[in-house]
Amino acid sequence: MGNGTSLGKVRGLGSSHEGAHHWLVQRFTAIGNVVLTIWLVASIILLPDMAYGTWSEYLSGGVPATAMILLIICVFWHAHHGLQVLIEDYVHTPGNKFAALALVNLAAVGGAVAGIFFVARIVMTAQGDAAAEGALAELQNQMGAR
Amino acid sequence: MLVSILHRISGDGMAIVGLGVLLWWLGALAGGPDAYATFQSWMWADLAALEWSGAEIFYSIIKIILKIVVIGLSWAFFNHLCSGLRHFVLDVGAGYELDSNKMWSIASPIIAILLTAGFWATILYL
Repeated sequence: MGNGTSLGKVRGLGSSHEGAHHWLVQRFTAIGNVVLTIWLVASIILLPDMAYGTWSEYLSGGVPATAMILLIICVFWHAHHGLQVLIEDYVHTPGNKFAALALVNLAAVGGAVAGIFFVARIVMTAQGDAAAEGALAELQNQMGAR
Repeated sequence: MLVSILHRISGDGMAIVGLGVLLWWLGALAGGPDAYATFQSWMWADLAALEWSGAEIFYSIIKIILKIVVIGLSWAFFNHLCSGLRHFVLDVGAGYELDSNKMWSIASPIIAILLTAGFWATILYL
């Protein structure tokens, strides 16, 4: 290893700071995205239509709801890393770069949490509807028996 | 070089636009039938039902643009998937021979367009 030029001093040492971790997370989430987004595209193709009833019923199931929540986490994480690299490549003014990175952090976490909440609400709405229908049927039964 | 540029455009395009649409879709599903109808009327409008008088012209143009955005997002997905899978191969140190590298850099965006066409053909005609 040379000790003359500044490049010579760092050559062969690997990336500094979080570079390697960032690179790996981008790959790990990419692998998850391959599996989860192919599940979503296959669901879009295989379900009869894009109607409200079709999808609210489908996504209220345990496995699809879990898959959708995992997809949200994995995709938003991957998107965060992609946008971060985009900013680091093109925004060089320190203040603007910090502001842009702060915005991406907030948007990614906020978006993911909102998405997970939406899935939870889809599931709970379906369970609430089912419970209400059951109670109504029972009530009608009792009234009919009288 | 084109695959690299397309990978970034399709990826960051999906990150900024696609995730917004995904959240609107899930939010509309969570909101109920009325919210979902609003979402559908904007993102996937019935072209025959568009109105072309007064201020409606403005909304109709936006709805046509949003339909193109949805189709564009489907292309972005398949393009990013194909060039992303190509990245996996390059990451393990394979495919750097000039001829195979060139072959897959040309094949990846072409396969993506074919997959996009196949996706829409399957949805619309099967």
